[in-house]
Amino acid sequence: MHLLTSAGSPPLAPPHELPASARPARGRVAARPFTLAHSVPPLAWQLAFFLGPLLFLVVLSFWSVRNFRIEPAFEPANWLRMLAQAHVWETYARTFGYASLATVVATVLAFPAAFAIAFRLGANARRVCLFLLVIPFFTSYLVRVYAWQVFLSDQGVINAILGMLGVPPQRLLNTPLATLVGYLTLSLPLVVLIQAMSLTLVDRRLVEAASNLGCGPVRTVFAVIVPAARVGIVVGALFCFIFSFGDFVAPLYLGGGAAPTLPILIVDTTKAGQQWPRAAVLALLMIATLMIVAWAMTAYAYRRRA
Amino acid sequence: MTPSHPASNRRRVLRAIAGAGLAAPMLATRALSQTAPTELTMLAWHGHAEKDVVAEFEARHNVRIRPKYYVGGDNMLALISQSPPGTYDLIQADAEYVQQLVAAGQVEQLQPRDYPFDDFFPEFHRFPGHWVGDKLYSVMVRFGFLGVAYNTLAVSEAQARSYKVYADPRFAGRVGHFDWHLPSIGQVSLLEGNKLPFDLAPERWKHVQQRLLAMRRNVGGFFDYGGTFASLRNGQMVLMAGIGDWITGVLEKNGAPVRTMLPEEGGLQWTESFSIGKGSRRQDLARAFIQYITSPGGQVRSAMMQAYPALIPNRKGWDLLVAQHPQEARRQRMEPGKPNVMDDIRGKRVTLRALPTRQSLEDWSDFWSRYKNA
Repeated sequence: MHLLTSAGSPPLAPPHELPASARPARGRVAARPFTLAHSVPPLAWQLAFFLGPLLFLVVLSFWSVRNFRIEPAFEPANWLRMLAQAHVWETYARTFGYASLATVVATVLAFPAAFAIAFRLGANARRVCLFLLVIPFFTSYLVRVYAWQVFLSDQGVINAILGMLGVPPQRLLNTPLATLVGYLTLSLPLVVLIQAMSLTLVDRRLVEAASNLGCGPVRTVFAVIVPAARVGIVVGALFCFIFSFGDFVAPLYLGGGAAPTLPILIVDTTKAGQQWPRAAVLALLMIATLMIVAWAMTAYAYRRRA
Repeated sequence: MTPSHPASNRRRVLRAIAGAGLAAPMLATRALSQTAPTELTMLAWHGHAEKDVVAEFEARHNVRIRPKYYVGGDNMLALISQSPPGTYDLIQADAEYVQQLVAAGQVEQLQPRDYPFDDFFPEFHRFPGHWVGDKLYSVMVRFGFLGVAYNTLAVSEAQARSYKVYADPRFAGRVGHFDWHLPSIGQVSLLEGNKLPFDLAPERWKHVQQRLLAMRRNVGGFFDYGGTFASLRNGQMVLMAGIGDWITGVLEKNGAPVRTMLPEEGGLQWTESFSIGKGSRRQDLARAFIQYITSPGGQVRSAMMQAYPALIPNRKGWDLLVAQHPQEARRQRMEPGKPNVMDDIRGKRVTLRALPTRQSLEDWSDFWSRYKNA
């Protein structure tokens, strides 16, 4: 089974796996230390870099700040204060909305490109395209965002072109549109890559079969190819949502901070009176949201057909 | 004279080489101890430990200043509270935060006779916040004013003479905020007619909030230090609340059409001063640095600091600035005998930026978050 395709997926268990009772006892004993040795690094990694910091964040959210000094405590005050503030929920809704919009736009924009790479290009051209999609990651995201300022500002490149066409200058920088441009700059190449890889792995015989059975090209795309590449499409969308939801750079440097998102609010909270525990509450809110979204989307991606 | 035996000669040479070899590490250590500079740690806003300011002091005292730069007084207090005593030999802070440093016992008491107060303008002899009774804790190095920062091509001087311009519909979406609540709220408090803009009774605090919220529709963005520079330089923002010549001065000197106006409602004054960190093990050297930076030569370097310019409190520093950099003395209005910035202080056209006295800092920052979301 391929992880990025879902068409014709066999059961999740590896092929040729024998029932436990059928395996020789000697082999089981010998395999156990080997299996354990293989599973230790990811487990240690998760403990050190995810569960450990996460637990610390949970503990920190109950600490208090006195005279700019963070002190261990067990008080629910930070949770009660942050969750009771209307502007926190307004910011949350805005961040969720922006990230969702970026996810939909990136997925829709990426698909034609990914489709062309997977189905229309030869092997060599496909390799070149995939390489070109990796190139944006060679440059710092912050630098790319600053470059967008040159394009989006009132006297920028886009307005200059519009001016030549007789269109009056448009306000582009420091708007939600500019924030969206930043989110797409961050995630679109990756979404195209994931979708393209997923589409490349779609079984061509399914497409031929659909054609032989009289299915038109558009219907083949939506009835055969998209379901077959569902995992890749959903995983690409999930990455876009995760990147956008947690991005600090685009809403600040392209959105102008005029419509604050949760990452900006976290930074503001740490700056105001050194309130790291309150910032921890917001961070946990973000992590919980991302975990729920990731779980829901992964479940949908790998859902078996009825 | 008997010729020496070749073997004994060889032995002498070998002995000399061996001796030199054994002595080399000791000589090298001694040489190193003579040249290795002492390290002096400094907690400061960006720029205060750069070569254009401290190179002369470092060379004179064989010192290397190791800075830890911070952004904002809260950040500074947090860094200090999380570090063991003696981590920072020199602490540079704004006046409102010096009081907090003193209250937290983070700075050493200073001896006034060690510093050139006689050369300072009288207004800076016993500067509020730097003294507790007769005890001195910090020495002022530089100061500046916050007013209406504006693009001279888009906003006229007459328009920039009042904070009301922030709400002018002609500049909708072109008004920016330096993203720190104290100066912006302080400016609107001045606009509301509060002579003490940070000492607000509940009713006045409510009015200030309403006035600020009414301006929100005009605001195009909230910017950090770099964003403020960029948005003023590229003309995206034509008005910026909460800043002064410390930002527009850098841009102006580089040819950008921006300037800061002290409006008719009055400006705010910020200050920067140096203290010696509690438990510093190099207090003599730290004291020598404060003496250097408050001397006329050090003051000129501070006024001309590449990171951001400022006004200086030392009269002899003004004289030297006029002699060495007359254009900058004129631009910053630090010319003795002519209308200058001291007239603004004496005419009470500026008020000290301070922490809120009747509300908590938390209340102000919470309102700022609400304002940004409005």
